Amino acid sequence: MVPDATFTSYYGRPVVKPSPWELDIPAYLFLGGLAAGSSLLGAGADLSDRPVLRRAGRLGALAAISLSLVALVRDLGRPSRFLNMMRVLKPTSPMSVGTWILTAYGPGAAVAGAAEAARLLPINLGLIGRLLDVAARPAGLAAAGVAPAVASYTGVLLSDTATPAWHDAHRELPFLFVSSAAAASGGFGMLTAPLDEAGPARRMAVGGALAELAIEQRMEHSMGLSAETLHTGTAGTLMKASKALTLGGALGAAFLGGRSRTAAAISGAALMAGSACTRFGVFEAGQHSAKDPKYTVVPQRERLNRRRAGGNQPTTEEAR
Amino acid sequence: MSTQAFGSSGIDQAFGSSGLDQAFGSSDPNGPARDAGWEDSPPRVGFFTDTSICIGCKACEVACKEWNGNPDDGFDLLGSSFDNTGQLSGSTWRHVAFIEQRRPAGTAAGVFLGMPESPARPPVELGMPSLSRPGDSGDTDGRTEFRWLMSSDVCKHCTNAACLDVCPTGALFRTEFGTVVVQDDICNGCGYCVPACPYGVIDRRIGEQGTKNVGLAQKCTLCYDRLKVGQTPACAQACPTQSIQFGTLDELRERAVDRVQTLHDAGVSEARLYGEDPAGGTGGSGAFFLLLDEPEVYGLPPDPVATTADLPRMWKHAGLAAAGFLAAAVTAFAGRRR
Repeated sequence: MVPDATFTSYYGRPVVKPSPWELDIPAYLFLGGLAAGSSLLGAGADLSDRPVLRRAGRLGALAAISLSLVALVRDLGRPSRFLNMMRVLKPTSPMSVGTWILTAYGPGAAVAGAAEAARLLPINLGLIGRLLDVAARPAGLAAAGVAPAVASYTGVLLSDTATPAWHDAHRELPFLFVSSAAAASGGFGMLTAPLDEAGPARRMAVGGALAELAIEQRMEHSMGLSAETLHTGTAGTLMKASKALTLGGALGAAFLGGRSRTAAAISGAALMAGSACTRFGVFEAGQHSAKDPKYTVVPQRERLNRRRAGGNQPTTEEAR
Repeated sequence: MSTQAFGSSGIDQAFGSSGLDQAFGSSDPNGPARDAGWEDSPPRVGFFTDTSICIGCKACEVACKEWNGNPDDGFDLLGSSFDNTGQLSGSTWRHVAFIEQRRPAGTAAGVFLGMPESPARPPVELGMPSLSRPGDSGDTDGRTEFRWLMSSDVCKHCTNAACLDVCPTGALFRTEFGTVVVQDDICNGCGYCVPACPYGVIDRRIGEQGTKNVGLAQKCTLCYDRLKVGQTPACAQACPTQSIQFGTLDELRERAVDRVQTLHDAGVSEARLYGEDPAGGTGGSGAFFLLLDEPEVYGLPPDPVATTADLPRMWKHAGLAAAGFLAAAVTAFAGRRR
């Protein structure tokens, strides 16, 4: 059966299976990155005496990581067994490593966030409130120490698979994801903090957005054939939107973000939306690349032919 | 052979070593069980599926479903020759592929493909049109430009198994026989093994609420329960042409090489082995194949790789990215106050 002149497949069916993951997973990729960056901003604001940015960072991190956990548990085939994730620690499993990274990150983010929430309450919590106040700074700093790993391991999570578009991007994906996290959380800081406190958030947003755009370009060039999936269908639309929002948000943040509160809020929101589009776009591109056998068969066939032509001893499976 | 029960030995073993044996490199193709921490493990076993004598009866699919109590995937007509199964799935652990191929007549003219002979029993007249088998005469008249390819696909039980590497709960483990098995009572259905498998074998079971093991990762166990009591896996037991051969891997490899030689000598130059090479991207499979065309024709990947081999580099990149993020945040605050 030769349905296509350029490659052969079995009735056009997939060779590798697409992940069974729903949109919970790209949502988690976005929220996890947002939480990580917000913890960094919250800790920095705490040390540099920027109370509104500190509160926004800590509360944002708590909300984002809580929603992340809901998304992660929801996506399991057996949500009631989510604690089985903690039976082992396996360096060969990015998901296992990620579980422990989140376990190290979560409590600190929760205490710092809870302290901010307690201060907002109209009632006095007494001893609990005082304990939270004392614990907030060390907890926030501990969370900020682990936060960069929360943002970057997800790149490995996706690329350690046979999904063509994800594995082909394995060199760039962690860098793309931390840049995207920086843009999103910087944007969140601009959206929530007043102009005179938002300077660091603005710098992080602009830096993250520019890095994200540059790394995305580089990734497309190094991926090979599967880069096509970033330009077609749903993924194509999302990636296009991501670029427009990220570039627009970065320009707005750089030139107007320090002067106008409205411009800062709009730019910040655009950067957050751009980051979300990146995550959903990369996710969709991977799913598409797994469903179309072309992206599995063609590069593997070329690799095999190159190896044969290279004069390497052909294995029996290659011998014609 | 270990006499421990399936559950407990599996759990202890998975908990003890968690498949770290295969971390970052290929393990000994003959001793993955030893590498996983088993002592006194029996010889590694596997399947040699010789597709040149597969007749497409699907007895393997049926025997597998029956023995393992696996539900159906729905009864659809897929419009792909006699294949209405489609693919391996969480509920289908053997899948027979059917390919109808046009090719020049007479390439394998009159070659007896080595179906098992009926032992010393004289033919009984059943009123069938003929007692001789098609092809026995060596007469190529009337042959058309057509051939059937049929192949029974199954989990490869890789030496370097990506599914086992990435499993975050330790539900997937290496048995004492060198095979790879999911523990149904541990798996939480995270689904990570599904995109990790370079052959597209393992999948979450889909079905109504209440279906056995629904939502969990499921695949061929190489009939771990039957192996435990010295029996042959159900599919190999049911195969009427010995297209599916079960045995120790060393012996199967020898048999396969002999078989390829026999076919080459008989003029079937396209016969080749698939998945048996320890130098391959999955370190050599516990289940390998004799094919009559390129692997992709059968829906198999031409050059599969367990991506865990790249993992050290990927972790390094993630570490650099994390360090960069931290540095960027520090820099953002180090700037002038405003």
